[in-house]
Amino acid sequence: MDIKTARAWVRAIAASVEAGKDRLTRLDSAIGDADHGNNLHRGFTAVDAALATHPAATPGDVLVTTGSTLISKVGGASGPLYGSLFRAAGKRLTQSAPTPADLADALDAGLAAVRKLGSAQVGDKTMVDALTPALEALRAAAESGADLPAAAHAAAKAAADGAASTIPLQARKGRASYLGQRSQGHEDPGAASTAMIFTALAEAAG
Amino acid sequence: MKKFLNTADSFLADSLAGLGAAHPALRVDIENRVVTRSEGVADGRVALVSGGGSGHEPLHAGFVGDGMLAAACPGEIFTSPVPDQMLAAAAAVDTGAGVVFVVKNYTGDVMNFDMAADLAGDDGIRVETVLVDDDVAVQDSTFTAGRRGTGATLLVEKIAGAAAERGDGLGVVADIGRRVNAASRSFAVALTASTTPGADRPGFDLPEDEIEVGVGIHGEPGRSREKMRPADEIVADMMAAILADHRDLGSGSDAIVLVNGMGATPLSELYLVYGRVAAILADHGVTIARNLVGDYVTSLDMAGCSITVCKAEESFVHLWDAPVRTPSLRWGI
Repeated sequence: MDIKTARAWVRAIAASVEAGKDRLTRLDSAIGDADHGNNLHRGFTAVDAALATHPAATPGDVLVTTGSTLISKVGGASGPLYGSLFRAAGKRLTQSAPTPADLADALDAGLAAVRKLGSAQVGDKTMVDALTPALEALRAAAESGADLPAAAHAAAKAAADGAASTIPLQARKGRASYLGQRSQGHEDPGAASTAMIFTALAEAAG
Repeated sequence: MKKFLNTADSFLADSLAGLGAAHPALRVDIENRVVTRSEGVADGRVALVSGGGSGHEPLHAGFVGDGMLAAACPGEIFTSPVPDQMLAAAAAVDTGAGVVFVVKNYTGDVMNFDMAADLAGDDGIRVETVLVDDDVAVQDSTFTAGRRGTGATLLVEKIAGAAAERGDGLGVVADIGRRVNAASRSFAVALTASTTPGADRPGFDLPEDEIEVGVGIHGEPGRSREKMRPADEIVADMMAAILADHRDLGSGSDAIVLVNGMGATPLSELYLVYGRVAAILADHGVTIARNLVGDYVTSLDMAGCSITVCKAEESFVHLWDAPVRTPSLRWGI
């Protein structure tokens, strides 16, 4: 992943959040408080503006700026969670041209940061349900020698499957957990936005 | 949905500008989303800082003033503010005596305030956090994010704020706040859902003949949906939930009671509810030492109410009675 691809990834996330914000908000209104789409849209609009003026030297710099901006602009739970994901991943991504395996290492550091903050496990009906299988797929593809486009596509498919797998689950974290069994039958909005982030990675990688 | 609104994007800034215009005693920093007292905090006093999503007015900015909060950080509607706001607020109001963060127990609020506390600590500001989690509608278990912070937030801010004003130290002020929270239980019912400014529909669909029981303050659906019924029956269920959980509140206890409107409920209905609450507590041998009835912790234009019962130590009542001068709570001055 070169710096151009990293920037393209973040721009693709911003575009897909803009296009999908109503869907995210609809998912969030079913089991949350109907602000996930708008919050991420506000965040990634600010990220776009920050990256336009920020002299990033490496793909890692791009991700650190993305994370820091999300923490400063989004609020709610998604700001700290996505902000920490990108910031921790960016800090680990020190190479100027990271391989798919380097990216998997970096995003694993991001996942660790998310888990430290939210202490969610797979099955709690959160973004972790999409993030974990996506990173497993990315890692497996990298280890089998796949290039970035192939690895990113595998991750995107796994993330989408992971997001869909949250539909029957009962939420155990976040605002949806207040609903108990009534949270079942709805896709988790955080898992859905995580799937969008990996679809954007696949688009940017080509 | 008709609302006084120019654009959804400018709603919060426009509203904060009006808050500042109405209350010269407040310094409203619209750019950084921080509300402080114009005259600052007296030397050597601990400063209380709270914040949360907007849409719960007058919470929190309406409680900034002498005897209560030193600063408030309004987030976007129903969205926790960001660490930058809390850090700016803490830096602005710390006298060196330390800062108490009053945080409602929601995942986002807790994460953002935790990050801010770390950053403030790095800057040499001593921070204690009081987490408010009084809502008995949520089971506190490993299967949920824990109980929500609702009406008790006002009691914590008033009582701990009075302790800070009289000069108590950081640890003591935080401890009083935590004790008030531990002694408080709340339960809410919604008759209608709230609509976020700019949204084209309410946060959830609630038919005319149904109520949302155990609802939160963010337009999120509640614990169960039930048929509408007479007020006395609804209040009896709400109080049963509170009393079942509040085992310390036995006969002979004193209480501070808040009957809180969610934004679109007439005061006449809130008094009706309060009358039933008072009768039920009297049956339990509980004396209401102090009460408050009105819109304090709202959920935009939701119709409904919450009931908060705090088992009141004598010191709580004393601090409750201490002078307070804020836009939305003022007495004794």
